[in-house]
Amino acid sequence: MRDLVRLSIIGVSFVLSLASARAADDVDAIKQRGTLIVGVKADYKPFGFRDPQGNVVGIEPDLAGDVAKRLGVKLELVPVNASNRIEFLQQGKVDMLIATMSDKPERRRVVQAIEPLYYADYVNVLLNKKAGVNDWNDLKGKAVCATSGAWYNKDVARLYGPEIVSFDGSEKPLYAMKQGNCIGYLYDQTFLQGKMLDDEWKTDYALPLKGILEAPWMMAVALGNSSLQKMLEDTTKDWMKTGFIVDEEKKWGVTPTEYSQSMHEKYKGMN
Amino acid sequence: MQAIPDWFQRLYESTGLNFTVFYDSYDWNRYVDGLKMTLILSVTTILISLVIGAAGALIQSGPSKLLRGLVNGFVVIFRNTPPLVQLFFFYFGLGTMLPATETASGMREPLLNNVEWAIISLSLFAAAFNVEIFRSGIEAVPRTTIEAAEALGYTRFKAYCHIVLPLAIRVCLPALNNNLVNLLKTTTLAYAIAVPETLYALKQIWSESQNVMEMMLLLLATYGILVGVLVWLMHRWERAMHIPGYHR
Repeated sequence: MRDLVRLSIIGVSFVLSLASARAADDVDAIKQRGTLIVGVKADYKPFGFRDPQGNVVGIEPDLAGDVAKRLGVKLELVPVNASNRIEFLQQGKVDMLIATMSDKPERRRVVQAIEPLYYADYVNVLLNKKAGVNDWNDLKGKAVCATSGAWYNKDVARLYGPEIVSFDGSEKPLYAMKQGNCIGYLYDQTFLQGKMLDDEWKTDYALPLKGILEAPWMMAVALGNSSLQKMLEDTTKDWMKTGFIVDEEKKWGVTPTEYSQSMHEKYKGMN
Repeated sequence: MQAIPDWFQRLYESTGLNFTVFYDSYDWNRYVDGLKMTLILSVTTILISLVIGAAGALIQSGPSKLLRGLVNGFVVIFRNTPPLVQLFFFYFGLGTMLPATETASGMREPLLNNVEWAIISLSLFAAAFNVEIFRSGIEAVPRTTIEAAEALGYTRFKAYCHIVLPLAIRVCLPALNNNLVNLLKTTTLAYAIAVPETLYALKQIWSESQNVMEMMLLLLATYGILVGVLVWLMHRWERAMHIPGYHR
């Protein structure tokens, strides 16, 4: 009898605790709670990284802050990475994600993407200034370091004819480039822009080429959270209208991308 | 000839087994270039390590204590450390420390590129093992035979070349074959310093086309065949060196 009572208490509390691990809250619940919880990156300069005091700062925390301001609530940032961000959203640990997440069909099946897509990354080459490369076609026949397994290595090799020298990870190619084994490093433009903000790289290296192979990023909320989805869609359109994202890029030292600028142009005239 | 790519294309469409290497000319060229590089690496490292191994074994049985110590030190360093670590050390470590030239535009250009470093590193690695293998063969040559050679007026070096080494090689050939087979397979480690050999080429292909299993099977089959050819050649050599009545 005692065991039965004990078991039923455990069972009921388990079920009750499950109820709190529901999908993230909608707008009213967030306003009532008084805090917006946003998942952002903490290791991807300048989109989400830690300042010397340890606070998470960057373009995406600023965007999250603007959303919280519009809702009239406080902002709470939760650091995430590529392997746990979707799970955090699904478990309700965060209300939304702004975490450098590329738009992929598999992801759209499990989270709600916010249209219009707020940003896009490109593929670019961090080049040695002395290499004298000003156009993608100048890469023909030259040795270019890359990260093994990247989806664009073959495309770039076929389009422009560089000799791709690929290593595992993203430290070895940079090191090989420093030694002079290749003239540049082919990688995601946002990562290379982050490197250009460091003194170690900005003196001798540059990004003279225009980014290619546009790959949009998506903000996400949990499936079914239609009130927050609507609010974010309107917010994104407003950002593009006012050019907020372009200003943020300039603030954090990133050359505004073609995507942000063209979206700003597109929405500027609209109501 | 067009029938082969067509057959593999049909295989992909009907069963989902994706051997892109056989129907896509870009991938096929990368694979063939990888094979050529593997052959270059294998042949050069085998030959260089044999020469260093034989020279090292000669010095090891010599009178000079300093030289013996040097050879033993070399063997200890290159046997006790993993070959991948040696490759990284040579390419990323020594490559930075050695003096470099500059290109016409003023960029730093290292003296040795990754293929050359791979050959150096792998040759030294295999040579350390070869020194010990040759030593096992040399020690099998009876002391009396060497004394007889000395009595006939052979210098130590000439006796080594004409008397000791021929006998020693016949004794240590199975162990030497083992090591050379290992060396051929160890050349795959060069992928880590971006040498475009077979594993590097197939790794790029499978990360683009998502056909890991098929490319892995092709890789295993390729090395199986390459090693099979090497073993066949070594067995031919063994039989050619056979002394009538000396072996069973």
